[in-house]
Amino acid sequence: MSTETQARGARAGFDLDRPWQLHPQVSVRPERFGALLYHFGTRRLSFLKSPALLTVVSSLGDAPTAREACRLAGLTEAELPAYAAALETLASSQMIRERVSS
Amino acid sequence: MTQPLVTRAPLTRPPVTLPLVEQFACGLDAPICLTWELTYACNLSCVHCLSSSGRRDPRELTTAECRAVIDELERMQVFYVNIGGGEPTVRPDFWDLVDYATAHHVGVKFSTNGVQIDPAAARRLAASDYVDVQISLDGATAEVNDAVRGPGSYATALRAMRHLAEAGFRGFKISVVVTRQNVSQLDDFKAIADRFGAQLRLTRLRPSGRGADVWDELHPTAGQQRQLYDWLVAHGEQVLTGDSFFHLAGYGEALPGLNLCGAGRVVCLIDPIGDVYACPFAIHDSFLAGNVRGPGGFAAVWRESELFADLRRPQTGGACHSCSAYDSCRGGCMAAKFFTGLPLDGPDPECVKGHGERALSAAAGASPPRPSGDHSHRTHPVPVSIGVRPPADPGLPPASRGLPPDRACDESPLAGFSPGPGG
Repeated sequence: MSTETQARGARAGFDLDRPWQLHPQVSVRPERFGALLYHFGTRRLSFLKSPALLTVVSSLGDAPTAREACRLAGLTEAELPAYAAALETLASSQMIRERVSS
Repeated sequence: MTQPLVTRAPLTRPPVTLPLVEQFACGLDAPICLTWELTYACNLSCVHCLSSSGRRDPRELTTAECRAVIDELERMQVFYVNIGGGEPTVRPDFWDLVDYATAHHVGVKFSTNGVQIDPAAARRLAASDYVDVQISLDGATAEVNDAVRGPGSYATALRAMRHLAEAGFRGFKISVVVTRQNVSQLDDFKAIADRFGAQLRLTRLRPSGRGADVWDELHPTAGQQRQLYDWLVAHGEQVLTGDSFFHLAGYGEALPGLNLCGAGRVVCLIDPIGDVYACPFAIHDSFLAGNVRGPGGFAAVWRESELFADLRRPQTGGACHSCSAYDSCRGGCMAAKFFTGLPLDGPDPECVKGHGERALSAAAGASPPRPSGDHSHRTHPVPVSIGVRPPADPGLPPASRGLPPDRACDESPLAGFSPGPGG
């Protein structure tokens, strides 16, 4: 976890209590450091720099909320702000998006 | 390969705590993306063509072989391919291969001089989410462009842009190789891109292919490099660079993107006959890792080639190690050094600290390695008004003094990387 990410977490505006999902045009490739993400629509690449973040992102679509996905990944309360910041970055680049409940 | 490309050190798996750039430097199990030159055939004869294209190679991969490569890329989860040439659209199966790739979850970006982008092709491209287009343009005016790319090539490129814009294709790329002659036109290039709703992409001139013959006359001067750097910093992420100017990071602030040579580590080149090279700018036997027609196909080349294993070993920085800028520029571009006759573990020929110029002076007189393979048209040279070519030597065989062709592509495949969320 980089200090840069933790610093960003302080101003995180990501809503952990809503349902989220991976964007359908995003492809995920697991790597030893975490994962690579590629968005076929925006043609942007991004990195998940920890395996735990990959676990969270992979389970977003099935979890009722992002907070629950983080809990299932075994994250502690203290770790949440940094992960919320990472998810916010992913949301701002359209890698993940809010899930509209049917 | 007869000599090691880099100082050897034990090959070990990096621990996951390494910074991302270090992870990439040690190589990934599959490329993130790669450049695939589909053909050496080209209607143009650009003087700086880095694949010395012009004539089709009779050993070109067949449609079936290309599809098999795409199947493999899908299995390896290679996100996309940067298709170039030659002029890739002159292959009769070009659109078929594009469709096959996107249907198999391999995205396509292709580079073209625009010759086949008629209104119908433009509409087809505009309708696909999985295909991106780069139109090559090396001058913001016909005079500057055509001196390098050949008569009429400016009009062809502009016509293709107009068709794409009229078809509603937003954000296609206009790809410019920055030269001494066009570096003063950066604002004009940007204006052209804005006019067509396109995005400007600037890349570095490499002394590769026929580019080796014209590099001395075309590469930006030291002063122009500084001007280019300042312009890039001012325009930030609005302008793409294929991350090809990482040697300029030695000026101070790093440019957007990943400052890393990904050759053989996270990117590579597949050429029209299936040869796999470390990068698009390194078509030479010294950087040839294998062929996709071999047993095990592309995956075996990527994972088992000795050359790539060498490139993935930690590098010492050699003569650059003690330089304050080394952490930023990492010694610059391997291909640029190789084809100007400089040692791979020393400064880039365009080192912003001036070490490259000194090294070039010291190496003057020695002949740098020649690019392998020449598919140039065996025709008369394209008339160039800027005097970039030495007079043809009538004592040489036609292929050696032949010039022409172009290749549109020029992609450092790490383009578009965002630093990504931390974790």
